[in-house]
Order: sequence, then C-alpha cells, then structure tokens
Amino acid sequence: MNDRVIKSYRFREEREADWQKLDHIIKKAERYGTSGLSDDDMADLPGLYRQAVSSLSVARSISLDQNVTAYLESLTARAYFFVYGNRSRISEKLVQFFRRDWPAAVSQAVGPTVLAFICLVGPALLAFFLTLNDSEWYWTFHSGWDDRNPNASYAELRATLYNTQDNILDILSAFAAELFSNNALVAILAFALGFALGIPTAILLAYNGVLIGSFFAVFVSKDLGFELTGWLFIHGVTELYAIFLAGAAGFIIGGAVAFPGKRSRLSALRASGERAGPVIAGAVIMLFIAALIESFGRELITDDLTRYIFAGTSLIFWLSYFYIPRRGRQESGS
Amino acid sequence: MTDIAADKARRAALARRVSRQKESEREAKRIRQLITPEGATLNLRIASAGERAGALFIDLALMLVAALIALFGIGWVITGLGYEGWRIANAVFLLIIFGLRVFYFMGFELGRRAATPGKRALGLRVAARDGSRLTANSVIVRNFMRELEVFLPVISLIVFTGSDQNESGWINLLIMIWAMIFMLFPIFNREKLRAGDLIAGTMVIHAPKVQLLKDITAKTKQQDVEDALFTPAQLDVYGIHELHVLEDVLRQSTSDIRKTVASRIQKKIAWDGPPLNELDFLERFYAALRKHLEQRMLFGERKEDKFDRS
Repeated sequence: MNDRVIKSYRFREEREADWQKLDHIIKKAERYGTSGLSDDDMADLPGLYRQAVSSLSVARSISLDQNVTAYLESLTARAYFFVYGNRSRISEKLVQFFRRDWPAAVSQAVGPTVLAFICLVGPALLAFFLTLNDSEWYWTFHSGWDDRNPNASYAELRATLYNTQDNILDILSAFAAELFSNNALVAILAFALGFALGIPTAILLAYNGVLIGSFFAVFVSKDLGFELTGWLFIHGVTELYAIFLAGAAGFIIGGAVAFPGKRSRLSALRASGERAGPVIAGAVIMLFIAALIESFGRELITDDLTRYIFAGTSLIFWLSYFYIPRRGRQESGS
Repeated sequence: MTDIAADKARRAALARRVSRQKESEREAKRIRQLITPEGATLNLRIASAGERAGALFIDLALMLVAALIALFGIGWVITGLGYEGWRIANAVFLLIIFGLRVFYFMGFELGRRAATPGKRALGLRVAARDGSRLTANSVIVRNFMRELEVFLPVISLIVFTGSDQNESGWINLLIMIWAMIFMLFPIFNREKLRAGDLIAGTMVIHAPKVQLLKDITAKTKQQDVEDALFTPAQLDVYGIHELHVLEDVLRQSTSDIRKTVASRIQKKIAWDGPPLNELDFLERFYAALRKHLEQRMLFGERKEDKFDRS
C-alpha cells in the first residue's frame, strides 16, 4: 500500500500539509493580527489547531525525530497563544479601561485609599502646626533652595501665587513635562515599593505630606492661606488624589504580602496585582491631567474664586466617576 | 596497551553520560507543563536568567539609541530658537525619556507577540502563569514594577559611583543593596520570576520558532530496509541519545565530520556490508536505527543511550 515502512515517517507524511497550513495561518496572525486572516483561515483554525495538538502527543510517543517534535512543540505553543491569547484591540481595551476597569478598581480600594490619605495628611497636619508655632521647623523639612521660605516677605510670597508668564507656551510646556515625568515616576515608585509590606510607600507619602504641610504653614503665617489653597488645589485635587491612589495600589500589594489570608502568598499577590493594576495606571493618567492643569490652567486663571470652583468641580468629577455605581457594565466584555 | 586506552575512553564516555544526565535533569526542571483545554500538555520552557538579562540589555540599548536619536533630532530642529527653544527641547526630551521608560516595555508586551524586541530576538515571550489569557492588567503591573527592579538600581548605581564618600554615599549604598535584592530576585526561584511577574501572575518563556526540516529518512526506500543492511545486534549497539546526535550530524555538519562519524560507527558495529559513501551509509544507518528504536519504544522499551541495558 505505502512504500514507507518507518511508522513515524508515514505519520508525518500524512499530516505535514495541515501543520504547514496552520503554521502559515499563525504566521499571518502574528504579523497582522486577526484582521489579517481570511474567513477560510478562521474557519480552518480550530480544526487545524486541535489536530496539531493531537499530532504533538502522538509524535511524543512514536517519533524519535527531534526536529518533528520540536517543530510541533513550537507550532502548538504559538497556535495556543493565538487561539487562547488576547485578541481584543488596543482601542477596545482602552474603552473598557475607562468605562469599567478603572472606576471599578478604585471603588473597590476605598480602604487602602483612606490609609494612604491618612499617611499623607496626618504628617502634613503635624508639620503644619509645628511650623506654624515655630518657623525654624521649616528648615528641618526643606533645604534652602526655595525662595518660598519663612524669611520671604508677604509681597514676595504673594507674587509666586499670581505670576503670569508672557511667553506662556514656551515656559509652561517645559514645566508640564518636568513635573509630570517627576510626579508619575514617584507615583509608580510608591506603587512598586508597596511590595515591601507597604512600609516604604507609607514613608514616601508621609515625607510628601510633611513637605506640603510645612510649606502651607509658611503661607498661612503670612495670611496667605486662602490664596495658597486656591493656587495649590486647582491642580492639587487631581494630583493629590492620584498620589493617594498610587499609595493605595502599593498598600494593596503590601497587604497581600503581609496578610495573604487563607490563600497562598503567591496567589494572594497575583490577585492583588489584578486589583492594583488599574488603580496605578489610572493614577499616572491623573498625574498627566494634573500637570496640564497646573501649567496651563493655574497660570491662566489667577482669580481665587475661579480657582476654587475649578478645584471643587474636579473633586466632584473624580468622586462621582469613581464611586457612583454603574449598572449593567459588570458582565460586558470577556 | 589498547585495552587501557579503550578503558580510559569508556570511562570518559561514562563521565560524559553522567554530566549529560545531570544537564537533562536541569533542563527538565525548567520545563513547565501547561494543560490546554483540549487536555494536551504543552511543554513550555522557562527562560533562563541569562536569557532574561540578555533581552533586557538589548532593550535598554535600543532605548538608549532611541533617546540619542531623539536628542539629536530635537537639537537639530531647535538650534535656531535660542534659550526658549532649549527649554522646549529639554521638556520634549524629558517626555520622550519618560515615555520610553514607562511605555516601551508595556507597549510591546501588549502587542500580539507579547514580547519586546529584545525578548523577540532571543525567542522569549511573556505568558500568564496559569495558562489563561495574558491580560493588559498583568502587563501594566509587571512593567510598573520594573521601575523598582531595573531603573532604581541602575540610577542608584550611577549616583553611587558618581558621589563622594560622604553620608549620602552610605545611604545610596543601602539603597543599592536593597535594590539589588530585587534585581537578583529571578535567580533565586525556580521559575525565574521577578517581583513584577509574581504580582502580575506572568512568566517569561523561551518559545523560539522552529522550522520543519526534511525528514532524513525521506530518501530511504523500503528496498533498503528490506535488504536488512544492518542486523538487530548491530542496531542494539546504540540508543536514543546517539540517534539524536546522528540526526544533528546529518542536518548540520561538514562532510569531514560525517566521514569521521561514519568510520567510527562502522568500526563499532563491525560493518561488513557493501561499500557506501559516508552520507549514504549514515542516512541508511539513521533510518534503520530510528525504525528499530521506535519499534522498541512502541513496546515500552526506551533505550536512552548506548549504556542503557534495561
């Protein structure tokens, strides 16, 4: 019947064409994505994939041709990653992130967010009252490079709050870039440091709180508290909120390391990563928005009341975006 | 005299066998089995720490090149604009650096191949540890952790070597030791996971593309096998390991090596058949040996190598 007597050769001869067909489809899919495949390809794929998988297990038991088994191992792995891989487009992922994943993740992380809030605001209040009572405390927290220190006069301090630049686009775009990349890296670090039981995250938050608190005290002692609040919170609402969320993401990770509960530490960590991921990714986006507001919004809006309205609106926006429950979105997209 | 030499050679071969077995045990430890929904097992090989480091260096080098190109590009555009121009250039440059640092790895790993150019060059890819879909979430998390594991150590190293031996030097040393713990984390666990992989539930596997080559036995006709060029006793001399070595020899060596191998085999099996050139002889011997060993395998006897007498 067949002039081949080596069984493994006959086995290969009968299936080789299908393997190569699958190889071809996967190659196209890897290069162009699902859209690169024709309807015929899509129809053939499941059958060819299953056949390759069963060929692999047969080849392992009957063939001693290294090349064939290695080829099938590699082919089925590639096909597996495509068939069971992530095929949704980036645009779909983005829509899903903003509509569902991000607010859902943040609203599930209320506890860690409150903890991060306390870690920053507590030391901030402490530093604020210390510096208010004795301005020497300022120098414990800050080094001398900033003009906005207790030795500055009322007029000097006030001027820093309402300065407008003539050449706005030039200087401010520079500012935005520097601030954003700095803040975002610190936020990512606050998240990553959470791995060490969340302790470094807490220290980082407290340190930033102390800086803000003592800074505030300088202005309040010169009767500029109201003006500074507007200057700071026009973007600070978004920026501080982002920092709280970054800290919260760190605490979620740290909490899983410290208190894995009934699960193994490894699976607890894995689950915590799933919860913390959208929170920290969203925090970076918020910092970008904050930097834009800070550079462009703050310098263009010099009226205190408008600044306050802007700050209040953004706070309401974030709170309602994150915490108002949404219907019917939990099941969509799988 | 020749006895002693033969004994020596045998001992050396046995020593090689032991180290080979150890090596294959080590290899086996690096295989992670994944049961597909069809119930078949896929053997995925965990990428070694060396491969991971190599991929990282390629990626960092590419990022450096991209940053330098950006720097010179901006510099070239901006030269005419004076001081204000430089401020914009600085800002744009910082944004590009930030973008590379944060989105380079993420962007590529979110792609269809789940690998950065460095990983792709070494045949690596990111996969979910439990065999499920690799989610965007996982990719984001594993790459944000990179900030702690890769960039912080690198920066602290630069700062540390750049600073004088004052008090901040000591702090930097501590930071560096601490960061090194994270950097070396993958070496100390079996699946070579870094902290980011732990949290994201991912692993990096070595899954290179393999080409299907021609079967060596394709030229062998039934006639040859029926001629029974080799006796069962001659075929029993070797095992699967030797068959695989012979396959490699036939696929990728020079004719000089093939000649040596052919003459050694002929000597070993006391070959007295018709004169053949070395390629014909090796191909026929390969076909006969494979048929013989595959048949034995079907009966459940795997003869791993020539020393295997089970």
